[in-house]
Amino acid sequence: MKHSIRNLAVNQKARISAITATGETSRRLRDMGLIPGTEIKVVGRAPLRDPVALRLRDFTLTLRNNEADCVMVEAMEESHE
Amino acid sequence: MSNTATIALAGNPNSGKTTLFNALTGARQRVGNYPGITVERKEGHLNQNETRVKVIDLPGCYSLSSYSQEELVARQVVIDERPDIVIDILDATRLERHLYLAVQFLEIGIPVVLALNMMDEANKQGLRIDVSKLSSLLKCPVVKTVARSGQGKQAAIQAALDHPRIKSGGKWEPLEISYGADLDLALVTMVEKIEGAAFLTDRYPARWIALKYLERDEEILAAGRKLGSLAQELEQIVEKTAEHCQKTLNMTPEGLIADYRYGLINSILRQDVLIHQPSRHERIDQSTRIDSVLTNRMLGPIIMLAILYAMFHITFTLGEIPMGWLEGFFGWLGGATTAIIPDGLLQSLVVSGIIDGVGGVMGFVPLIAVMFLLISFLEDSGYMARVAYMLDRVLRIFGLHGCSAMPFIISGGIMGGCAVPGVMATRTLRSPKEKLATLITAPFMPCGAKLPVFLLLIAAFFSENEAQIMFLITLFAWMMALLVSWFLRSTLIKGEPTPFVMELPPYRMPTLQGVLIHTWERVWQYIKKAGTVILAVSILLWAAMTFPGLPKEAADGFAIEREAAMTAVLNEEEREQQMIEIDNREAQAALQHSLAGRVGSFFEPISQWAGFDWRTNIALVGGFAAKEVVVSTLGTAYSLGEVDPEETGSLSSQIAADPNWSRATALSLIVFVLIYAPCFVTVVAMAKESSWRWAIFSTIFNTALGFALAVLVFQLSSRLLI
Repeated sequence: MKHSIRNLAVNQKARISAITATGETSRRLRDMGLIPGTEIKVVGRAPLRDPVALRLRDFTLTLRNNEADCVMVEAMEESHE
Repeated sequence: MSNTATIALAGNPNSGKTTLFNALTGARQRVGNYPGITVERKEGHLNQNETRVKVIDLPGCYSLSSYSQEELVARQVVIDERPDIVIDILDATRLERHLYLAVQFLEIGIPVVLALNMMDEANKQGLRIDVSKLSSLLKCPVVKTVARSGQGKQAAIQAALDHPRIKSGGKWEPLEISYGADLDLALVTMVEKIEGAAFLTDRYPARWIALKYLERDEEILAAGRKLGSLAQELEQIVEKTAEHCQKTLNMTPEGLIADYRYGLINSILRQDVLIHQPSRHERIDQSTRIDSVLTNRMLGPIIMLAILYAMFHITFTLGEIPMGWLEGFFGWLGGATTAIIPDGLLQSLVVSGIIDGVGGVMGFVPLIAVMFLLISFLEDSGYMARVAYMLDRVLRIFGLHGCSAMPFIISGGIMGGCAVPGVMATRTLRSPKEKLATLITAPFMPCGAKLPVFLLLIAAFFSENEAQIMFLITLFAWMMALLVSWFLRSTLIKGEPTPFVMELPPYRMPTLQGVLIHTWERVWQYIKKAGTVILAVSILLWAAMTFPGLPKEAADGFAIEREAAMTAVLNEEEREQQMIEIDNREAQAALQHSLAGRVGSFFEPISQWAGFDWRTNIALVGGFAAKEVVVSTLGTAYSLGEVDPEETGSLSSQIAADPNWSRATALSLIVFVLIYAPCFVTVVAMAKESSWRWAIFSTIFNTALGFALAVLVFQLSSRLLI
């Protein structure tokens, strides 16, 4: 199933399928290593549910929800661990 | 090998780059700014064997695109200053992420040494890194370091000096990565054209230019357009390639490039360069465990408030002690000078102009020192990023950034802060627009110097609900700061919010050396300012309140009065009393006659709308030097002599009894003092953090806004309250 990072639950894992952002946001996301095929895991959400914290490539990254909307993912089975 | 060499240190933020720089150069550092922007430039020196090595600490960045000022600067220094070699510092525990920057330096072609830092942690996490294999695959020397303990720092420098390409003249040899059939074809075509026309090749390697065109790098595109038709041709190739990639792969060229770079990194790491052993998650788990408490939905905000409050409390209680010493010292100096220099203009200039002015400014030094000590600690430990993470949602509504919270709080968001360190703390904001909005609105906070003014007015008119009024003032200040930020961000500093794509670094214990050096830099910059601009403004303000002096007749009038008092039959005490009274009246007359007094009288017709008479106007002019001066100037204007801001009893009863004053006047003055032009120390700090243009803008804008609000408050409340 395809959806954006916004819809993932905390501790859920997913694989990035596409980045729909353009311009500065897309460049920033790319530079930080958010590119299709990358595995991510939602590790937390701020007290007001926004921004979201992700773990990928051995480091932790935060994104605002509207930026997370640009990152399309395919959820992975929990049992993958 | 020549006897000098220049090494640039590069690396991601949180890679330990600055720690290594400190370990290498110690106190032999020079800090400045890159021209026109607020990115810091740090340089240091060291001697290795016979070679004198200049070390440039490049700003920390994740990539070499032109996304942020840091990235642009890092790139420009490498390209334009042509250091002999780059030592790229990588966090060995996050090798994949950190190699991304390394690969880009290799693509530029400058000789590179990789320093795998934090090897101690990598070992603890059970990471095994095959250094010689990594070195041979990337064709560059690789060394292991632990910057915190200084381990490996000599080896890193030696490896840089021994780099085979340095010995053979330091030729640049760009690494060529294959970006897949489509892009490679485009690159070849473009390189041919670029080389044929020597297009920008005096600065950059040809393939790198082509690559930046494919990445649609704004700086390079703009530089190219100035050179004429070839730029168009190149852009057309890029457009065609992009179309093709979109159709066949559903990806943009820049996406593909990042993809292939990470692909290369992964293929290298997978050749047994990086081996994970079972215990690898230990460190992560520790940070995750801490985060499960510190950024917890319920506990997180509470702990954050407690930490912020504690920080604020420590700054002002700890800072107060040395501040008292400094005040005492300058008081003594003033007294001693008064005794040495005979009465007259020179004495007044030295004591009231220079010593009081500079002394008042130097009094802030302990505050700035303590505050930056704590801020560096919070920043280096990784907590500051969490504060931004937790507060971002709220502050974003007003066009600000999560990192804006700290400057507001330090400026007096919980009463009694100081806008000078507050404005300086906006440095932690990496997004220029949000930083500017924070910078302009942070001085609205009720800083410690505004408190005596509020206390005076409250004591005179609202003595029964002191605490409530103080609380309302604080609330009003926050409201104004947020609303004005929102207003500025939707008008003058308009623009998309800067993406909040931010790293949450693992929690680490900061190094003492790092925190101390950081603090010292700030304090020293501030002291240097105090000796130049601030000294000049102090003298100007002194002159405005002194010149022109009373005309001879008026002065003679007071002299005659004095003589009359002397000859009149009075006892010692009464005579003394009368003399003081005459002195004070003379001071009042002199002040009214001075330039500042004339300005005050000149503006009286307008300032009446807000309920201010000429006395208040002068006091407000004086308040530009420092807000507490409002109280002491009012004292002079009411001919009470100098009023100690701590002891305002007599002044407040005088004001309360004055028919010109009412509750409405008091409210309007409170609002005006809260909002109007920041004191000039703050203005100087603002200019340093942004530009003089914005500093002057905020002086005018804040004053206009403060006045508009004061008029509104006065007109409304003088009708509602009696």
